[in-house]
Amino acid sequence: MKTTDNMAKRIFLVFIIAVALLFSQSLYADDIPVLPEGLMSTPEPTIEDTLPDMPSGLEKGAQTDRNNSDESPVLPEGLSGKPEQSIEDAPIMPVGLGRDSNTKSSIEEPKMPSGLGFPSSSDNDPNSNISKGISSVDNSTENKKQKIEWYKFLPAVKGYIEERGGVRRYDDTYEKETSVGELRMQLEMEKQLGTFLFQNTIDFYYDSVPENQSVNLETGKGYIDLRELSVSFSAFDFMDIVAGRQILTWGTGDLLFINDLFPKDWQSFLIGRDTEYLKAPSDAIKASIFTDIVNIDIAYTPKFDSDRFISGERVSYWNGARIAGRNSIIQTNIPDNWFDNDEWAVRLTKNLNGNEFALYGYQGYWKSPGGMDSSTFKYVFPRLNVYGSSIRGQVGRGIGNIEAGYYDSRDDSRGDNPFVNNSQIRCLVGYEQDLPWIVSDLTAGFQYYLEHIMDHDDYLKKLPPGSAATDQDRHLLTFRFTKLLWNQNLTCSLFTYYSPSDNDIYLRPNITYKFTDDLRGEIGGNFFRGKYSHTFFGQFYENTNVFVAIRYNFFTGVL
Amino acid sequence: MITGKKNIVIFTMFMFLCSGFSAAYADLTDVDQIVNRTNRIAYYQSTDGKAKVNMIIYDSQGRTRERRLTILRWDQPDPDGKAGDNYCGAQKIYAFFDRPADVNKTVFLVWKNMDRDDDRWMYLPALDLVKRISSTDKRTSFVGSHFFYEDVSGRNINDDTHELIKTTKDYYMLKNTPKNPNLVEFAYYEMWIHKVSFVVVKTDYYDKENKKYRTYEALAVDNIQGFPTVTKSKMTDLRTNGYTILEYSDVKYTISVSEDIFTERYLRKPPRTYLR
Repeated sequence: MKTTDNMAKRIFLVFIIAVALLFSQSLYADDIPVLPEGLMSTPEPTIEDTLPDMPSGLEKGAQTDRNNSDESPVLPEGLSGKPEQSIEDAPIMPVGLGRDSNTKSSIEEPKMPSGLGFPSSSDNDPNSNISKGISSVDNSTENKKQKIEWYKFLPAVKGYIEERGGVRRYDDTYEKETSVGELRMQLEMEKQLGTFLFQNTIDFYYDSVPENQSVNLETGKGYIDLRELSVSFSAFDFMDIVAGRQILTWGTGDLLFINDLFPKDWQSFLIGRDTEYLKAPSDAIKASIFTDIVNIDIAYTPKFDSDRFISGERVSYWNGARIAGRNSIIQTNIPDNWFDNDEWAVRLTKNLNGNEFALYGYQGYWKSPGGMDSSTFKYVFPRLNVYGSSIRGQVGRGIGNIEAGYYDSRDDSRGDNPFVNNSQIRCLVGYEQDLPWIVSDLTAGFQYYLEHIMDHDDYLKKLPPGSAATDQDRHLLTFRFTKLLWNQNLTCSLFTYYSPSDNDIYLRPNITYKFTDDLRGEIGGNFFRGKYSHTFFGQFYENTNVFVAIRYNFFTGVL
Repeated sequence: MITGKKNIVIFTMFMFLCSGFSAAYADLTDVDQIVNRTNRIAYYQSTDGKAKVNMIIYDSQGRTRERRLTILRWDQPDPDGKAGDNYCGAQKIYAFFDRPADVNKTVFLVWKNMDRDDDRWMYLPALDLVKRISSTDKRTSFVGSHFFYEDVSGRNINDDTHELIKTTKDYYMLKNTPKNPNLVEFAYYEMWIHKVSFVVVKTDYYDKENKKYRTYEALAVDNIQGFPTVTKSKMTDLRTNGYTILEYSDVKYTISVSEDIFTERYLRKPPRTYLR
């Protein structure tokens, strides 16, 4: 009798627990998320009514018992199951199991988010009205996929059309009031032929400011700026080659360059073109060799590519005695003998646990005029070697970098030639991090940069009387603040160069808004201020400008 | 009495059978086990993989933006092979942007570290610039979507304490509370984990006022090469009602992608065989 009592007790207990469970289930029922398409429900038919609707592709317990009693779930669409598997094993299918479209679900559809359908796995289900609606969505998705596949065989063209206008804020005696006024179309094409990848980027533009519009592919002046025309391939498993016109960048500075001696377009930078135009193209062959010990990049430029430097044509400058501009456009003597006036740039890199170490070497010429021919008074580009190194990695919560380079001015190794730049040591220390504890999507960066002139005493001794002397040490600080707003469609940024030793400052505020994925508007400025007219940024005071730009990106094919 | 004894024996045997039976299908009660398996299903299936990602971002006024990218993933092998289902180690992720046009060919490279902040690089092709990116702010929008970096790459399971709140017919419901609340915008979040597959079906994020403000939902799951894979999901910002639909297509696991792909070399030279 006792045992039957016990049994009765036990049964009662089980019953109570079951009821309690049921009750709790019904309490939770509202919060319980609907299973997504592709997931199966654990069978528990008794409480079915209290549970939320199941989405397509899911089975409820009641419908599941086909091959197994009541424990084994039916697999969702896309799976053909082994029904005898235990629950733990059930979802993890062995590799190589195919789809079984017969295992359609036959359950009610979930509530759909407004304006949205999602691909249904149960479009064969005659009971499901929603799924019929979905099946059309499904088809269109299929079409879209096919379209994408098809696009791949079209030659890919990407590009943009841009209108950009800017004015000077102050009267500049020597330059036009308009700093930039251009309509530009960039086209970028890419074609893979076997192992060779051909890339071409070309800008067609009309700029109302310059008077001479004749095309010069070296300087990018005129109607055409050929930015890239190259072929790249892997010569060996461990070696990549890029030959032709290309943009090259290395080094760790943020808008400061020590070991990156590839050409820059300072003019574009100062008049308010997009930052991408700060990098001018090189006509070079670059070989990159990848080994376990170190990676080596060698860039050979057979004919010297100078910077697109400040010449007075678009930006007024300090000419050694006073501010000058279009009245005194810099006349230069650019070394331009093929294979004789060439440039070598070498970089060795090693990434150790996310810390990037690099050594650099350069043999070539000062990239912007670095001296004067005392007989013709033309600006020249004296010979230059640079040896340097850099480290970049995580420091605390941000990114830290250190870079240094020795600029060996080979035509004035003793520093006593007043017509040629002295040798220099250049170094920088930088740090950047985001500041989520202040506000999200805010990044701040800071750099300290030093330019130290060697043999400064000799430089002073030989300086022509009355000339403004350059300090031995030029200290420069940079600050960057970038804040993204409105789902990252609005970017507000401010980049500042400030030199406490030169007493000058250069501010680059910029606001860019993406109206759509393809259309963006931009407002920005270049603000210069300095105590003296002869310092690096002080000389550009009258070039202070504000600009607006609107750009439409377009696309055919997949690159 | 004999019958009684017999009854006991039969009953005991029955109970034993039942318990044995139910043990095979038992709900997990160890929260760490649930968390580990969930994490593995969400971010560590197979040892590598690729997927095409299509994101449509809907703002509160219904305007849309689209992002299209291809993601390659490489997992650091389990050093002693003992961790099994619980293994979660370092990962490397290569994301190649296809759309919109202005970010085309931009590459985003992440080395996900277990013991320190992730290493992140961005390659900007127009400047040929390999930019190092600070990665403190993991809970900021991933490319303008309602998904955060951490939603895409996975939140370190050691950053939260986990409680198993309840076990329902289909789900384990977990409450996760951050160990350092100053680093995150949520007070806690609740996850609904599908009991059979360990797929996270829904996650609700609550603010300090205990108000739900953000919801993740898995909308479709597919079995790909035996791996349950969320192929469509949605993240909603309940404050603005903006949301993002994320779809994975062309998902492939075990593609034998080499670790070398996740280096500077392939930022400049996208690995076409894997991206196609």
